[in-house]
Amino acid sequence: MDLIADHISHRFGALDVLDDVSFTVRAGEVVAIVGPSGCGKSTLLSILGGLLRPSKGAAELRGAPPAGSLNPLTFVFQDFALLPWNTVEENVAFPLLHTGLSAGERRAVIDDALRRTGLTDFRVAYPKQLSGGMRQRVGIARALAVRPAILLMDEPLSALDSQTRELLMEDFVGLLADGAMGAVYVTHNLEEAVRLADRVVVLSRRPGRIREIVTIPMTRAERGMADARGPMAALQGELWSLIRKEAIDAEREVQHA
Amino acid sequence: MLDRAPPETKDQSAEATRPVAFRGAGFTSGGSRYAGWIALALVIAIWQLAGSAGWVNPLFLPAPSAIAVAITKLATSGALWQHLSWSIMRIGTGWIIGTVAGVIVGFAIGLSTMARGVGITFISALFPIPKIALLPLLILWLGIGEEPKIATIALGVFFSTAISVYSGVDAVPRNLIRMAQSFNVPFHAIVRRVIWPGALPSILAGFRITASVALLLVVSAEMIGAQYGIGAFVLQAGNLMQTDQLLAGVVILSLFGLAVGKLINLLETRLLHWR
Repeated sequence: MDLIADHISHRFGALDVLDDVSFTVRAGEVVAIVGPSGCGKSTLLSILGGLLRPSKGAAELRGAPPAGSLNPLTFVFQDFALLPWNTVEENVAFPLLHTGLSAGERRAVIDDALRRTGLTDFRVAYPKQLSGGMRQRVGIARALAVRPAILLMDEPLSALDSQTRELLMEDFVGLLADGAMGAVYVTHNLEEAVRLADRVVVLSRRPGRIREIVTIPMTRAERGMADARGPMAALQGELWSLIRKEAIDAEREVQHA
Repeated sequence: MLDRAPPETKDQSAEATRPVAFRGAGFTSGGSRYAGWIALALVIAIWQLAGSAGWVNPLFLPAPSAIAVAITKLATSGALWQHLSWSIMRIGTGWIIGTVAGVIVGFAIGLSTMARGVGITFISALFPIPKIALLPLLILWLGIGEEPKIATIALGVFFSTAISVYSGVDAVPRNLIRMAQSFNVPFHAIVRRVIWPGALPSILAGFRITASVALLLVVSAEMIGAQYGIGAFVLQAGNLMQTDQLLAGVVILSLFGLAVGKLINLLETRLLHWR
């Protein structure tokens, strides 16, 4: 199943946020969206996921979702968005309660999602009892439970410390390794974008327009190898050079706002 | 290759060392568990001493022992239960009616933009009115029976409940609602599984306020027009200069308020254990 951004523009009141953004996320592909602060990355993701109606253009799907997918477009949120009154298990079960699955099927799906994210021993814990990294794992387990075709990840690691980020990045690489699931990964961290994405969409400062779509010329498996560090750093440098000046301008704009 | 240094210990130089002064004392929220009870016992002891020694006129301030005797007499004669049961019936009925209506209206305001537009205007205009001022009007409308007293309590409870409910609904993090929507969770399930538990802390805090409002209004209403009830009893005792009985009524009201507070604490512990 492909996800298409078709000439998407958006404005909040008098503020133009996105301007004529078009690209396609092909089945199993990971597309990162980067750009200066306030360029509309998260707004674009909300539009792609159907949480926000664009002022112009449309988000469209092409092709059927994979068999058994309960929620083809599934978000992983920056702030985890866990229900604090529910346990880990109940949070993972939450999106399954209205899907028509039997209790037995639900149990199997939850067990599998908890096992894949290493949360089996934490199933009765409440979010407040977990570290930030573990909370985000619950968010990922909840997303995996509905067998998405495309994960929509809104800066999923930005609220975490660098060690936890590293560990979760390894998890993402593992989850996306077989190409069964695609992803749109919004981030301001170019290292994460280069590490995870097949292509990187670079947005300009507000109103966000596509400046460049950069293909990462290595498989994700190759990127994990020691001799990939040099080429990956070069790619990061290239991406940074694309957005550096606009990032500085955007920063000044925010300070003067 | 990492250059590893051995663990360091304090070197034995000739210069004397001094500890870093501790500057982090105070400004903590913790309190002693028994301090309040000890202070209360101390005040009662001094009060008793003042009464027993004849330092104060018992007509103006009877000693705690005299109040205890008055409560015992009230309890054994059955008068206490008669007055208390009337007050509890009025508070209970008024509180339930006001709470149910307040929760429904509060949720409607919290969830519907149209209901918000209309509801907030009315609530803002009517909330500041002291509800006891409406009792004569309610007597005119509903007669001189129980209905106007219960309606006064229900009105007082309704406004505070509606405000705490819609404030609670407003306080539910929007990201949780967006999350539920992103999983195509139906509206009724979002209300039941996200908004209701998210608003519950505010709703329970509202219950604490409405319990006090109900107690205040029942006493006021009973003082205006009732034969039985703690408010009527207190007023009657005051008119007859039976200050021990008057203060017995006040103590009973205080104990009743404490019991309701404990009940709400229990509810909070049970329902908000996740906090």
